Amino acid sequence: MINRRTLMTTSLATLTLLGAGCSAPGRTGGEDPGSMLLADGYEPDSLNPLLGYARTGAAKFYDGLMAFDGNGTLLPALAAEPPRSTPDAKSWTVRLRRDVTFHDGTPFDADDVVATYRAAIDPAYASTISSDYAMLAGVTAIDAHTVRFDLNMSYAPWPAKMVLGIVPGEKLADPAPLTDSELNTQPVGTGPYRLVEWRQGEQMIWEGNPDHWGGAPDIDTITVVFATDDNTRAQRVKAGEFDGTVLPPLLSERLGVDGYRTVHHRTADHRSITLPSRHPITGDPAIRTALNHAANREGMIRGLLGGHGKPAHTPIPESMGHYHEPTARFDFDPERARRILDEAGWRPASDGIRHRDGRRARFTLMYFADDSLRKQLARAFASDAANVGVEVHLAGVDRTAAAERIGTDAIVLGDGNPLDPDLQMYSTLHSSAIGTGTYNNPARYRNAEVDAALDGGRQAIDEAERARFYKRAQQAYVADPGLVYLAFTDHSYVMRTDVWSGYEPVVEPHTHGTTWGPWWNVEDWTPKR
Amino acid sequence: MNTAAKTAAGSPSRAAAAGRLVLRRLGFAVPVLVIVAFGVFLLAAASPFDPIHQYYGVQIFDASAQDVAAVRARLGLDDPVLVQFWNWFSGVLSGDLGISRSMRQPVAQVVAERLPWTILLATTGLVVAVLIAVVLGTAAAWRQGGWIDRFVTAIGYALEGVPPFVLALLSIAVFSLGLGWLPVAGLTDAGSAISIGQVLEHLALPALVLGVSQSPWLVLHLRQSLLSSLSEDHVVGARARGLGEGIVVLRHALPTALLPFVNLIGTRIPELVTGAVLVEEVFSWPGVAAAVVTAATAVDYPLLAILALVATAAVLLGSLLADVAAILLDPRVAADG
Repeated sequence: MINRRTLMTTSLATLTLLGAGCSAPGRTGGEDPGSMLLADGYEPDSLNPLLGYARTGAAKFYDGLMAFDGNGTLLPALAAEPPRSTPDAKSWTVRLRRDVTFHDGTPFDADDVVATYRAAIDPAYASTISSDYAMLAGVTAIDAHTVRFDLNMSYAPWPAKMVLGIVPGEKLADPAPLTDSELNTQPVGTGPYRLVEWRQGEQMIWEGNPDHWGGAPDIDTITVVFATDDNTRAQRVKAGEFDGTVLPPLLSERLGVDGYRTVHHRTADHRSITLPSRHPITGDPAIRTALNHAANREGMIRGLLGGHGKPAHTPIPESMGHYHEPTARFDFDPERARRILDEAGWRPASDGIRHRDGRRARFTLMYFADDSLRKQLARAFASDAANVGVEVHLAGVDRTAAAERIGTDAIVLGDGNPLDPDLQMYSTLHSSAIGTGTYNNPARYRNAEVDAALDGGRQAIDEAERARFYKRAQQAYVADPGLVYLAFTDHSYVMRTDVWSGYEPVVEPHTHGTTWGPWWNVEDWTPKR
Repeated sequence: MNTAAKTAAGSPSRAAAAGRLVLRRLGFAVPVLVIVAFGVFLLAAASPFDPIHQYYGVQIFDASAQDVAAVRARLGLDDPVLVQFWNWFSGVLSGDLGISRSMRQPVAQVVAERLPWTILLATTGLVVAVLIAVVLGTAAAWRQGGWIDRFVTAIGYALEGVPPFVLALLSIAVFSLGLGWLPVAGLTDAGSAISIGQVLEHLALPALVLGVSQSPWLVLHLRQSLLSSLSEDHVVGARARGLGEGIVVLRHALPTALLPFVNLIGTRIPELVTGAVLVEEVFSWPGVAAAVVTAATAVDYPLLAILALVATAAVLLGSLLADVAAILLDPRVAADG
């Protein structure tokens, strides 16, 4: 087909006398079921798992020892069977698959696992995920295909940490910072796809790994194009250029026609407001509970997320099934909020803002200035708070400034990982996390009952027993809240419907990029034709 | 200077003068480059950005203070700026450009991958600008006060006030979204391999925008110097001898007018560099521009310093080439020093 663009190119090429440079017609999505073209608004800095690439699994280039099945269960991947632990959950032994090779042809064995996990915790490598593995004391190869992890505490959720992508041991031979590791741009793993080319700022091409232990993927080539602007991506999807992309909920909704569908995935990705304990206003229990009843969560979800989110009362979403405690919630009830404040002695002044002992009910709420959703949520929360007589002063900040003020000023947080309730609750709510890191329990929340339940959840191996601990933690938390959890945001995507089958909805973590989304299991998709 | 060059240059003494100029300028360039690099280090150290946030990305939200401190120490982020400068500088002297923390690659690799695309864009843009200037400048001066002259002058002054990124966005709206002639952005179509046709198609719009945005100064300047040379004695004499208008303008007036023009091109190089950075950003051109922004917010000293040095070297080289051309072309110009 000759269009004006091709014509233009041809004449240009002739003009510049570069002769044969006639353009090949631009490839559009959906023509060949063996290849897929995705657009992504986020480009990773690095493809090294030890620098945080795909730390919640679905790494494409890499396999973890375990993998998430999309519905809250972990299945063995490079592990031959689920890991066995000692009764105190302090030592975990895992047998490895024997039929696995890396993309470069070298065989996978226990040494690679040991090298990867050691690099994660050895400060010499300056890995950015070391804090995730703070409980890991040591890792030993028992034989070529068996590895033992020794922990410095009882840690029942350990298998959820075993999604870390395994890299070849020889790439980690030099204990130097990973800043210029080859793996950052040329990943070598055992995963279902290998990287063919990464033109930074532009696109990345993946090719199916024919020797993958799970079978060669049917979709042999996947191209991921990076286009940061949401509207640009939407337009290009509309023109049929892409087989799918990630978009804000409202924008994606309009594109689910003509061979495309819109999917909204539930997540554990919450947005919440911290209430610093040491601040005279936000540290007051009456203010904390009142604000939780004053926040119109449904209204925010309807107004700001187009209805694509779930109200959050605690860090555990309904989508985490048996770990969720349905009674742990705050009804939207401004009247009740006012009553609580009245009873605690907070009296409204002439301008409607409450005072007690000469102190005005006013605090500062920070949000990251470059994140428009957090800004909108902060505004909505401030107006709900004003409605019950609490003044919230908003401040858009950058990350450096936020880190300096996080102990004394409130901030809009966002995070979430559905792999285990421990990951979702411990570091934000357990008192032992106070002071261990900027974003670890930044509000300095402290409640003995919550602490005890969270500790119990770490030590119990039995699933039902663990669920009881986490439900208890949620109940204790709502009796004495330290944050205002607002919503779990859905992640929205547009995808082509008529070419492939194999899509399965998934509960997502707080993550960016096309490793998750509808394509979390793209290696198992098959052509329809 | 060898004998062949002497013969070629025609006048041995002028070629030798130009050669001495080149050597002297190169000598000056070394301290200038060192000072620029040091300045970049000082500025980056004074910036409010904390590089640890860029290094960690979202992992910072789960990182413990202890681990972050260990990483800081391991990466040397808290070393005094003088120490960082010395580490970098001694590395550069031994041929090691260092490691770019923000791009997670050796600096040499970042530059090797991206600089060629920037050079391609900047040279094409410069060629476009010069072509526009020679054609329109000559046409305008030829019939001073005619409609071409008035049109070109008016547009020229107007364009001087329009920043390149505005021009870029406008041209995307017209040529890509409106008319659909040229692609919006990138180096190739999505999913296509790099080929001459693809790159040309994607180069056309950014190079045109860069060229047009740089051209007003050149056009107006060439018009002006052509006007004054049209009134010089040798041109008046040529007209008096009854030579055709075409020959008078193109063969007698233009060559004298081109000399200061060549000089102007040299001094426009800094603008070209800035323009290229803005244009690259708008068109997602995979050159060094994106790297400049990332490196700056990440306080990535080695990459930032090298990019500043590349820009400085381009400017120095531009003015040097212009001066050498002037010396070789015009016997009246004295080599400096």
